[in-house]
Amino acid sequence: MFLNAILLALREIRRNLTRSFLTILGIVIGVAAVITMVTLGNGATRMVSEQISSLGSNLLILRPGQRMGPAAFGSAAFRVSDADALTAQILTLRAVAPTVSRSAPLVVGNENWSSSVTGSTNDYLTVGNWQLAAGRSFSAEEQQAGRAVCIIGETVRNKLFGRQNPVGAQIRVKNFSCPIVGLLAAKGQGAMGMDQDDTVLMPLKAVQRRLIGKLQDVNVIMLSMRDGVDSTQVMAQIRRLMRERRKLSESEDDNFTIMDTRQIAETLSSTIGTMTTLLGAVAAVSLLVGGIGIMNIMLVSVTERTREIGIRLAIGALEHEVLLQFLIEAVTLSAFGGLVGIALAFVSCLALAAVTQMPFIFDPGINLISFVFSALIGVLFGYIPARRAARLDPIEALRYE
Amino acid sequence: MKEASATDGEERALIEFQKVVKIYGQGQIAFQALRGVDLRIARGEFLAVMGPSGSGKSTAMNILGCLDIPSAGAYRFQDVHVERLDRNQRALLRRHYLGFVFQGFNLLSRTSAQENVELPLLYRGEPVAQRHAAARQALARVGLSGWEAHTPAELSGGQQQRVAIARAIVTQPLVLLADEPTGNLDSTRSHEIMELLVRLNREQGITVLMVTHEADMAAYARRVVHFVDGAVESDARQTEREPGACS
Ligand SMILES: Nc1ncnc2c1ncn2[C@@H]1O[C@H](COP(=O)(O)OP(=O)(O)OP(=O)(O)O)[C@@H](O)[C@H]1O
Ligand SMILES: [Mg+2]
Repeated sequence: MFLNAILLALREIRRNLTRSFLTILGIVIGVAAVITMVTLGNGATRMVSEQISSLGSNLLILRPGQRMGPAAFGSAAFRVSDADALTAQILTLRAVAPTVSRSAPLVVGNENWSSSVTGSTNDYLTVGNWQLAAGRSFSAEEQQAGRAVCIIGETVRNKLFGRQNPVGAQIRVKNFSCPIVGLLAAKGQGAMGMDQDDTVLMPLKAVQRRLIGKLQDVNVIMLSMRDGVDSTQVMAQIRRLMRERRKLSESEDDNFTIMDTRQIAETLSSTIGTMTTLLGAVAAVSLLVGGIGIMNIMLVSVTERTREIGIRLAIGALEHEVLLQFLIEAVTLSAFGGLVGIALAFVSCLALAAVTQMPFIFDPGINLISFVFSALIGVLFGYIPARRAARLDPIEALRYE
Repeated sequence: MKEASATDGEERALIEFQKVVKIYGQGQIAFQALRGVDLRIARGEFLAVMGPSGSGKSTAMNILGCLDIPSAGAYRFQDVHVERLDRNQRALLRRHYLGFVFQGFNLLSRTSAQENVELPLLYRGEPVAQRHAAARQALARVGLSGWEAHTPAELSGGQQQRVAIARAIVTQPLVLLADEPTGNLDSTRSHEIMELLVRLNREQGITVLMVTHEADMAAYARRVVHFVDGAVESDARQTEREPGACS
């Protein structure tokens, strides 16, 4: 009976192919939109968290000033001694990298490029999860004396050396010449679209002396915690120490900020999650609209097939059998629409993921839910037309022209 | 001509109308289509219902066919009080005991003859193989072997009506109800259909109840009931016409 009803429904659908297609269009678009939204949302979340974890594991960033961004001006910079104190007093830290950065023109032969030059210690490599593709890190002597040597990122290598190995070559940074001792392994796009590989690394003292001119100031201190330690506790310790060192009284606010990259990742992910839910809900409304389309066409179909229904009833079909027949037809239509929608979503997700360079994460859950939901819409909106068919008076229906 | 009911009084009736009244509409526009009809029909009869237009023939047929219920009076089918049954119970009666042939053929369009004939078996839940075989056999009995795959649009009116008869008899019903089965056919086709009905009545013992306007067709029946103004005016037995007697 069930199988027969499905076959019957399929035949009825085939009979009016164009109309059936237009009928399910709403469902197709609704399902495709919901799945695409959720899938892209998942992809964006994954991308953000991957990029942030590529910044470094267990990474804390200590900046002067209250807020992120430009408001950081005005507050006093950190001192090199602050970094030393952190290393000495907070034992749960694995690495402490005081950094200063300045944008500077770079020249090699006829090629020139402008990039951000960062001065720091070898700890910067640990903190930032950097691997060396070639060459070596700074020697103790180079760091001590602030020698002008540098390690360059992949983008800088590309712009100035093409595919050549830059290690051993000389690079002109602003107004001094500097041998390249190492090449960083590429990391790719960073969080929020910035290119992490567009960087030049030098010993802290070299940048302080030659590019900035202030020997003790440090802009940002990057810290890496040991595995398994509680970041809130570590952050509290750092805060206490820095307040003490910056001589803040009880009543004063912090004039520095500690950011936990994991927290940022979580915040961003949850923001994206909210957006995804919202967009998904909007898309779900179009699913409902699609359901109304199905109801409309099923009502037309019931009217058109009044005589057929009359014959079935006269022959001895029970009310619920006629009801089931039309309900199955509606569900077959809407479920078919759901399947087409899933296929469409798959294609559009692939395309969009390629365009936005986000990972495409196939989520079986949302696909299944969308499919079940589209079938449910068939039941919901098919019920009224089906009941109308089942309640027809066989005599009237047979006489219907 | 009112002796008929007396002669089969002893026999246990398959169908029994007792003062059946059918009223359409309510209040001012209420119309009494049947005014207390008494009728007894035994198993194996071939009965023709005649009468002027609007005399209540179709109304009586619909009640006989359990498609409708009387407004008053009793209708017993195999000693079951049909007027006390609900919609679905009556549908089950139709499914198991009755076969219908309508004036307007009423086959499912764009559906093959074979599938049309299988339809009642489908609702009886019979397995596919049996359905196929029975439908094929029924089509053969109405002389349509080889036409199984044709849809109504590809069949002549007479052939369509024969498909309808095949559909009505495929379940081997007790009673075949036909409301003007030859109404849309020319006389040659009409006689073919009548002969088919006579054969079914004789060879398979199917009780046939038929409405017709044509005396020619009524001549095939063994009993003719005349309706006038919603009441039985006459009820007469006759020697039926032999199949093939006319050409
Ligand atoms: N559903 C209905 N509502 C109201 N009146 C009806 C309905 N069906 C039939 N009637 C009336 O009942 C009367 C009997 O109708 P019925 O169809 O039984 O006549 P009939 O003998 O079959 O006529 P015909 O030979 O034209 O088919 C008619 O006057 C008709 O107008
Ligand atoms: Mg009539």
